[in-house]
Amino acid sequence: MTLTQQFIIIGLCAVATMLTRFLPFLVFSGDREAPKLVKYIGKALPGAIFGMLVVYCLKGVSVISFSYGLPELIAICVVVLIHLWQRKMLLSIATGTVVYMLLVQLVF
Amino acid sequence: MNDKENKKGVKIRALKHAFPKTLPILAGFLFLGMSYGFYMRAEGFPFYFPILMSIVIFGGSLEFVAVSMLLSVFSPVTAFFMALVIQARHLFYGITLLDKYKGTGKKKLYLIFGMCDESFSINCSAEIPEDVDKGWFYFFVTLLNQSYWVLGASLGSLVGSFVAFNTEGIEFVMTSMFIVIFLENWLKEKQHISSLVGVLASVICLVLFGKDSFLIPAMVCIVLLLFVFKRPIGRCEK
Repeated sequence: MTLTQQFIIIGLCAVATMLTRFLPFLVFSGDREAPKLVKYIGKALPGAIFGMLVVYCLKGVSVISFSYGLPELIAICVVVLIHLWQRKMLLSIATGTVVYMLLVQLVF
Repeated sequence: MNDKENKKGVKIRALKHAFPKTLPILAGFLFLGMSYGFYMRAEGFPFYFPILMSIVIFGGSLEFVAVSMLLSVFSPVTAFFMALVIQARHLFYGITLLDKYKGTGKKKLYLIFGMCDESFSINCSAEIPEDVDKGWFYFFVTLLNQSYWVLGASLGSLVGSFVAFNTEGIEFVMTSMFIVIFLENWLKEKQHISSLVGVLASVICLVLFGKDSFLIPAMVCIVLLLFVFKRPIGRCEK
C-alpha cells in the first residue's frame, strides 16, 4: 500500500466513525424517539461484532500446517482462564500477549 | 467578580469534578494506548501514525483493526464497512445522550466527536451537583479521556522507536483484547445467540471466501441473521 492509500484508509475509518457519532444528533433531534429496529440492532450487534473480531484476529492461523494453531490455542486458554479467575482486563491482555510472544519466539 | 473570572471559575469547578471520575480510565487507556502505539511501530509504521489515528479516529478496537487493514491489500470498501460496524454502538450512545447534550452550545460538537464507551458511561451515569456546569463537566470528561488515549498512543509510539527487543508475536495484544471483550460480553449477556452468530458466520465466511475477502460477506450474514433471530434475541434482552 502506498502512503496515499494508507491515508485514504485512515480517512475512511475516521469518516465512518464520525457518521456513527453524529448521525443520531442529526436525525433524532427533538423529541422523536429512536425506532425499535435501531434499538434492537444496538443491543444485538455488539456481541456478534466482537465474535467477528476474534475470528478476524485469528484469520491467518493455519490448523493444517506447522504450528497448527497451537500457540494461539494455548495463549487463548491462558487469557480466558486468567480472565475468569481475576476479571482484570489489563492483566488478562498483558499475560496473554507475553505468553504468546514467548511461545512463538522460544517454543514454536 | 467580573464576567471573565466567573467563566473561568465555572470551568475549573467542572474540571475538578470531572477529573476524579476519569481516573479509573487513565490506567486502562495509558496501557492499551501504549500497546497500540508500540504495536504500530513494531509493524513498521512512522511514529506519527498512531498519534494521528488516536486523534482523528479515537476508537481503540477500530484503531487496532485498522493496523492490520493497513498491512493487507488496499480495500477501501471493506475498511469503511468494518469501521461502521465496529463503531455502530456509538449510534446508541448518541440516542441515549440526545437529551443530556442538549443546550451545551459549541462544546456539543466536541462532545460528539470525542464520544467513546468510557465517556459515555461516565456522562450517562454521573450525578452532577447543581453548582457544576453540566456542559463543561461532559466536555472535560470527554477531553480527559481522549487525552489519556492520545498520550498512551504517543508514548507507545515513542518508546517503540527506541526499544530494541524481539517483538515477534506482539500482534497478539489485539487478539487478547478482543477475546477479553468478547468474554466479558458473553458473561453479561442474557442470551448467546448474537455472540454465536458472530463467531459462526465469520468462521463459515472465512472458510468459503478466504482470509482476504471474508469480512463483507460475514458482516452481511451477521446483520441478516440478527433479523432472523430477532424474536428470541429481543425477548431475552428486553
